[in-house]
Amino acid sequence: MSELKTPPSGGAKAAAATADYLDQRTGVGNAVKFFARKVFPDHWSFFLGEIALYSFVTLLISGVFLTLFFVPSMSEVTYPTEGVWATMRGVEMSEAFSSTLRLSFEVRGGLLMRQIHHWAALVFMAAIVVHMMRVFFTGAFRKPREINWVVGFVLLILGLAAGFSGYSLPDDVLSGNGLRITDGVIKAIPIIGSYMSYFVFGGEFPGHDLIPRLFTVHILLVPGLILALIGLHLFLMVMHKHTQYPGSGRKNTNVVGYPAVPVYAGKLLFNFFVVFGVIALMAGTMTINPVWNYGPYDPSPVSAGAQPDWYMLFLEGALRLMPGATEVMIGPYTLSLNVIIPAMIVPGILFTALAAYPFLEAFATGDKSEHHVLDRPRNRPFRTAFGVALLVAFFILVLAGSNDLIATHFHLSINDITWTFRVFLFLGPWIAFVVTKRICLGLQRKDRELVLHGHETGRIVRFASGEYIEVHKPLDAHERWLRVQHEAVRPLEIEPAEDSRGVRRKGYKADRMRQRLSQLFYEDRVEPVTPAEVAAAHGHDEHDEQHTAIEGHGQPAGVGASAHGAEPDGETAPDGRNS
Amino acid sequence: MSTHDPHSDVVVHGEGELPDRFDDPGLHEHKPRQADVDPKVAKRVERQVLFLFTLSILGTIGVVWAYFALPPGETPDSMRTSNVVLGVCLALSLLGIGIGGNHYIKVLMSNREYVEERHEQRSSDETREIAVQMLKDGAQDSGLSRRGALVGAGLTALALFPLAIVVPLIGNVGEDWNVRKFKHTMWKKGTRLATDPQGRPIKASDVTIGDVWHVIPDGLNELEHGKLDEKAKAIVLLVRLDPRDLKSDQSPAGETWGYDGIVAYSKVCTHVGCPVALYEQQTHHLLCPCHQSTFDVADACKVVFGPAKRPLPQLPITVDDEGYLVAQSDFHEPVGPSFWERATK
Amino acid sequence: MKALAARRHDRRAPALLLLLALLLVGGAYAVLVPSSADAATTKTATADDVATGEKLFQANCATCHGASASGTASAPSLIGVGAAAVDFQVGTGRMPMQSDGPQAPSKPVVFDDEQISQLAAYVASLGVGPAIPTEDMVDPSKGDPANGMALFRTNCAMCHNAVGAGGALSQGKFAPNLWETTPTHIYEAMLTGPQSMPVFNDANLTPEEKRNIIAFIDEQGEVSPGGLDLGSIGPVSEGLWAWVVGLGLLIGISVWIGAKSS
Repeated sequence: MSELKTPPSGGAKAAAATADYLDQRTGVGNAVKFFARKVFPDHWSFFLGEIALYSFVTLLISGVFLTLFFVPSMSEVTYPTEGVWATMRGVEMSEAFSSTLRLSFEVRGGLLMRQIHHWAALVFMAAIVVHMMRVFFTGAFRKPREINWVVGFVLLILGLAAGFSGYSLPDDVLSGNGLRITDGVIKAIPIIGSYMSYFVFGGEFPGHDLIPRLFTVHILLVPGLILALIGLHLFLMVMHKHTQYPGSGRKNTNVVGYPAVPVYAGKLLFNFFVVFGVIALMAGTMTINPVWNYGPYDPSPVSAGAQPDWYMLFLEGALRLMPGATEVMIGPYTLSLNVIIPAMIVPGILFTALAAYPFLEAFATGDKSEHHVLDRPRNRPFRTAFGVALLVAFFILVLAGSNDLIATHFHLSINDITWTFRVFLFLGPWIAFVVTKRICLGLQRKDRELVLHGHETGRIVRFASGEYIEVHKPLDAHERWLRVQHEAVRPLEIEPAEDSRGVRRKGYKADRMRQRLSQLFYEDRVEPVTPAEVAAAHGHDEHDEQHTAIEGHGQPAGVGASAHGAEPDGETAPDGRNS
Repeated sequence: MSTHDPHSDVVVHGEGELPDRFDDPGLHEHKPRQADVDPKVAKRVERQVLFLFTLSILGTIGVVWAYFALPPGETPDSMRTSNVVLGVCLALSLLGIGIGGNHYIKVLMSNREYVEERHEQRSSDETREIAVQMLKDGAQDSGLSRRGALVGAGLTALALFPLAIVVPLIGNVGEDWNVRKFKHTMWKKGTRLATDPQGRPIKASDVTIGDVWHVIPDGLNELEHGKLDEKAKAIVLLVRLDPRDLKSDQSPAGETWGYDGIVAYSKVCTHVGCPVALYEQQTHHLLCPCHQSTFDVADACKVVFGPAKRPLPQLPITVDDEGYLVAQSDFHEPVGPSFWERATK
Repeated sequence: MKALAARRHDRRAPALLLLLALLLVGGAYAVLVPSSADAATTKTATADDVATGEKLFQANCATCHGASASGTASAPSLIGVGAAAVDFQVGTGRMPMQSDGPQAPSKPVVFDDEQISQLAAYVASLGVGPAIPTEDMVDPSKGDPANGMALFRTNCAMCHNAVGAGGALSQGKFAPNLWETTPTHIYEAMLTGPQSMPVFNDANLTPEEKRNIIAFIDEQGEVSPGGLDLGSIGPVSEGLWAWVVGLGLLIGISVWIGAKSS
């Protein structure tokens, strides 16, 4: 095929022969053809998922190392009296705890690997949350990606399970008390609670089965599921082709970006080293989970600052905030609403809202088309405000879970803090919702302003008539497109309840509910500027008067400027130098 | 100052009628980077990348060197040195590659953007028709539609089969499933109160006002099996109050569960089971460090704040002939967190 | 440098130097003396000390504790609290109290060591109470830190945190950090149960066990094998650093990777 003047080198020949060998047996050429120059859009926020992915790979690598030395057993041993750690000499402990000490203190590089593993777990969960926030606020979960959102959501839950099961493995006092709390929560389940507790612990708490069981969950079941779902997650991502941010030339029907080979593949490769590198740096310099401080598990002691890792802290916070009076008796039976509500119902609501949101929004929008261009968060005030409200609720619970540390560090009363958070758990999300929505609408209005009148230049010009005016510099086509490309979704309109003959229509109630939801989502909005408005704005002399409200409320947007009529030659700059 | 005329983009349709939407101006013009036009810049970046990769090589050498040269040793200091040097060298080794490679891609690799078309996810109507037909043919070939009973039996067999796995698997998971164990502890009449963790029996005369004693049943430390299981339920907190401060305890009328101002309460929180160990001597309040349930020892350990509802169960105590504190009996109600059948017989 | 050189020739320089030397000697005295003073009080408290102590008490403490030290509505009786309680409360600056608050925190110490021992002698003379421990009783090198940790975990960690970093109590009170507390003061606190803290008498924790606990605390708050200890306050600070350092760095690098090169 090629007409090379120079004969191919030995290396090239060998490569070609290998490729030929592989292709004849696997048809790999097809895959290369499909993938090699596939286009991927580029944006920093698209790396967030990669951070999660690579911290997971880091977890796998360091985890394999740890399994070589960790002994998942609750049988009792005594730390040797000549052991390296002075405060443990002669102390009775489980094999799990003693092997954790050994791999931390005696295995070369063991402490580093343990710390890499734990920091990577914290970063993994944090990256998942941030990635999920990115997907949520930009509307990347819309059709056709709803299923992938659910896959991601399940990955979040599995991440929690992986973190929790791993956190408890060293069998120290801190995580042991965490397990004890778990036992208390399980027992609170109505009717089957005590049996569930036996199911988990293999008898009474703490029993002898838990650490081996958690070990199997932690190194086999959960990571296996995570791996499988990551595969599905990425497969769907490739199938759908990645979303892209709005901008000139970015359409719903195309994807603009860099080819897989070499740019995207290169970044994919090197980002792994970046993520692993940062985690290694943390593990080399910052202590994490010093179990030798807590000591081996014993049901009697507990230490101040008894908290779980950050991703479980919201549950701890919910448990702390709930007043005890809510435990009730039904006949001879105890219903611990003081545990069930914070440990099951509140997280249930938070997580269900998160998982179901794409379907809820699709229902309210009534939109059946595919979306591949992302939203700017300001252009979806309801969604953005809803997301921020959820985050604020989560954050308040996290703070409530840290209330004792807040008390000691800021010299406050723990009782006052608890009461404050009890109130703010209800107020905070509402305030956040309203404020965020106002900010979004404000930003959209600012966008309109810019498109209609351009950037302020700070240059004041005087007309012959004596009038002063500031020269505005119009936006260029790219800047403007970014601000007008979106569709403003309007509330659904439904058919009336009765037809022309006055007969009640079937399904009206369902429609009406849907319309209400739709109104909740889209009633307050700011419409993007139309060419006619720009023309009108430029045609109007007193350009400062037309800032009348542009947002619609219940009906299509009123357009303040259009009433003034268009004079196509009007300009903000009287001397015309601006045009 | 832009020389762009904003009016030119507004495409005029017909007689002065403006379109509803603006038009997409199309992709930005591709702008060459400094490194594309200035070979000196490109050379400089090349050197930077080279430096970063070299750093990575040094980092790797550093890790291997530290592995052999800096064992964790016996002291926290030597352990820290080993950990820090290993960690920082590993980070160098990784970040050198990661940052160097990305730097190369950003600056020196072609940054021309490409456009690819998207297609709807759904398959075409034609494909769908073929697929449906294939399934119909398959169903036809299977011959199942004519044999309803067979299908029913098959489905039932399939639905029941998991039981063959689940029953043996789940059956043993809860060991003996005897959940009544929750209701009893190893305290019984005459069991001496001993210090936790030493296991020294406690004399009533040794307990002074303002003390707090963490207590286990005498003999717990000598248990062969299930020591922690028993300890998890049996831990007790013992304090002596000035009898004038003691508003009430849980003893039923006609009985005395304390001894001369000495009272013993379960240390397992009635909320979710943390050890409620934090005793404030002046207020006589017991605080749980996990969720801040607060109990008033002077008033029968009733809840004064926080997420717990029930008071901590009281252990009835008295003294034996030798003056040691002993239990009168087991707790009169289950200790620890609530569960469904807690209050049943 | 020039300015310094010029000042050296200033005729006020000798006076300044003298002042500095005095401060240095005074400081060194303050640092070096307390241990010997402590030991002294436990052995011999003369009638003279008691008399001076009483004067100090009447001037500084009687307002709250009453002229006969039998307590008032605002402060407890000091009869029978012993020299150990005085040495702890006054020696850590908790007493005299400056202002009402959830609890009296440790402050710069008001009295010198001699005065503290005189006050202690006076209060000890009012009724039998715990004495100040000897050097030997609080020597960390003679304790067993492993046994100390086991005892600390059961008896102390719920308030003071697993390694003595401190923790919260109810209504704004707190259990302080123990890393800077002297062994003598730790011993006295266990013995006398200051403020919210309960008493751990010698039957509950024997003198030897108390010394073991001191040996454990003595090893805390210094070098952590894993690197920076992040305050030793547990997973909350770890989570905070995971977000700030970990995610902070990674997002920073992501922004750099995603930004177009100029």
